[in-house]
Amino acid sequence: MKINRVDFQRMWGPGLIFIILVLLASLSLYASTYTVILVTDILMYVILTLSWVLFSAPTGYISLAPAAFFGVGIYTSAILGSRLPLPIVILAGGLASFCLALLVGALTLRLRGVYFAMFTFGLVELIKYFLLWYEVKFTGTRGRFVVLVDNTTIYYVMLIILVLLLLATYLIRRSRFGLALQSIGQCEEAAAHIGINVNVLKTVVFAISGTFIGAAGAIMATRWTYIDPYIAFNPLFSFMPVLMAIFGGLGQLYGPVLGAAIFAYLEEILITRFPYYYMLIFGVVLIVTILYLPEGLVGLMQRVRRKIAGGQDAVA
Amino acid sequence: MTMITILEVLITGLLLGGLYALIAVGLSLQYGVARILNISHGEFIMLGALTTWSLYTAFGINPLVSLAVCGPVAFVLGFIIHRTLFKRLLASSASPGVFESNSMLAAFGLMFILQNIALLTWGPEIKGYSYLAVPVHLLGTLFGANRLVTFGVAIVIGVAFYLFLELTRTGKAIRAAAQDPATAGLMGVNINNMLALCFGLGAAMAGIAGMLISMCYPVHAVMGLEYTVIAIIVVVLGGLGSIPGSFIGGFVLGLIGSIVSYFEPGLALVAYYVIFILLLLVRPTGIMGR
Repeated sequence: MKINRVDFQRMWGPGLIFIILVLLASLSLYASTYTVILVTDILMYVILTLSWVLFSAPTGYISLAPAAFFGVGIYTSAILGSRLPLPIVILAGGLASFCLALLVGALTLRLRGVYFAMFTFGLVELIKYFLLWYEVKFTGTRGRFVVLVDNTTIYYVMLIILVLLLLATYLIRRSRFGLALQSIGQCEEAAAHIGINVNVLKTVVFAISGTFIGAAGAIMATRWTYIDPYIAFNPLFSFMPVLMAIFGGLGQLYGPVLGAAIFAYLEEILITRFPYYYMLIFGVVLIVTILYLPEGLVGLMQRVRRKIAGGQDAVA
Repeated sequence: MTMITILEVLITGLLLGGLYALIAVGLSLQYGVARILNISHGEFIMLGALTTWSLYTAFGINPLVSLAVCGPVAFVLGFIIHRTLFKRLLASSASPGVFESNSMLAAFGLMFILQNIALLTWGPEIKGYSYLAVPVHLLGTLFGANRLVTFGVAIVIGVAFYLFLELTRTGKAIRAAAQDPATAGLMGVNINNMLALCFGLGAAMAGIAGMLISMCYPVHAVMGLEYTVIAIIVVVLGGLGSIPGSFIGGFVLGLIGSIVSYFEPGLALVAYYVIFILLLLVRPTGIMGR
């Protein structure tokens, strides 16, 4: 039974991903501008969520730093956008976040559990209030304007970032580093004892995850035209990926994608008319998920599939 | 900088510190005993503040009287939330570490729920009222009477709570539950009741703090997170789970805030976070930590 399922996934998984990618790559040919913008939003959340999952799911460290990396990307784009070509701006956004993540990763090696979550959250607020103070004190204005880029370009850049992220995630998961990360999550001391360089591995993977978030921020900034520290370093960009990933389920790669896509779409249809209800639903879903669906949508789907199959392993 | 100015900065810091301490004691109790890093702590503060505002502006009820409403209501709310949500979570979590992560995430959910219920009820506008805003002379400096009352109430409640923990049988049970829940259970302490009691008491303190805050500062539905963050910083400063530590931490942070504000008003929050981050790096157990 188990072997069959693996075979099934081996054949259908890549095929399905390929079809979805082709559909996404040709989206601007057949879809309206509105759809392109909507899908861009969804892709952005998928990137944030998958990047968060890349580090936090195997290691069990709850990072609330995504908003910091996202904001650094946004600000890089705002500062460099008018002077450099777009691809370089986006690379710079990724690189800036990479450096920040490297620094944070190296600093926080000793922190475990909720301390790590609190540190990363504090980081977002620290950068935000420092920038606010700096802007008012030295430039005399709050916020800046960002060079505009057309929606189709933003969409394709986002798609490229996502494909690269999927590739990176796949390679890390398949390699021995993926296994090493999981062993850190299970027992960090034991992982260190069997010869894994825990500190370097954690820091590097954290930095890789930050890079993609920074790049996504750099391209997203071009759509917002005006940004200030409150917009760029909004703590919601830290909370959202965590909640989306947990709602989707961390067990399989498609879980976080599903969670991010569903909530990004919900946000799109609800946030303009019923913003408070959207966030209210968000909170309720989060609590219900933690209480009743500890493995998220993925777990639910597996349970349903097992019920339908009605096989002997329904007990598991 | 004259003597009077120094005095003024110090007193401002102490007055602020009293409020911070009260907020932090509530959070410290919830984390220290119930092991819940309650991100929604500030939302209870917000609920207390907005309820007080409503009672004052609609019925003219004295804010200090609404203490009798905010405290108990917040307590009951917290108690019920623990009995329904966190108790279940505690039972289903495999290890204390898993429970800490899960309960933090559940508290996030709670934060979204409470905040948006408040937004639907009161709207996003910034509100305020004027109560006891008369100047009082204090050692040659001037302070609003409302600040002094706030400080006094915060200290009285904090000290009363400390005595409750140290002197009563229930207080002893709470301390036992904080040290070792399993053993305390074997000694006949009803653990689930104690944890819910602590969570409720933490919420009650937040509600009262909210009432006090509404007397001195403008209030609005999204003010919660700011106070949650201050509470977390104070609690880490004082040592997670230590009540005296929270008090010391509150005063230290209040003083730092007022000193930094004197030189560079925009940097007060930055200073808080710098201290917070340095503290986590250098001494995560805090001043009074074990």
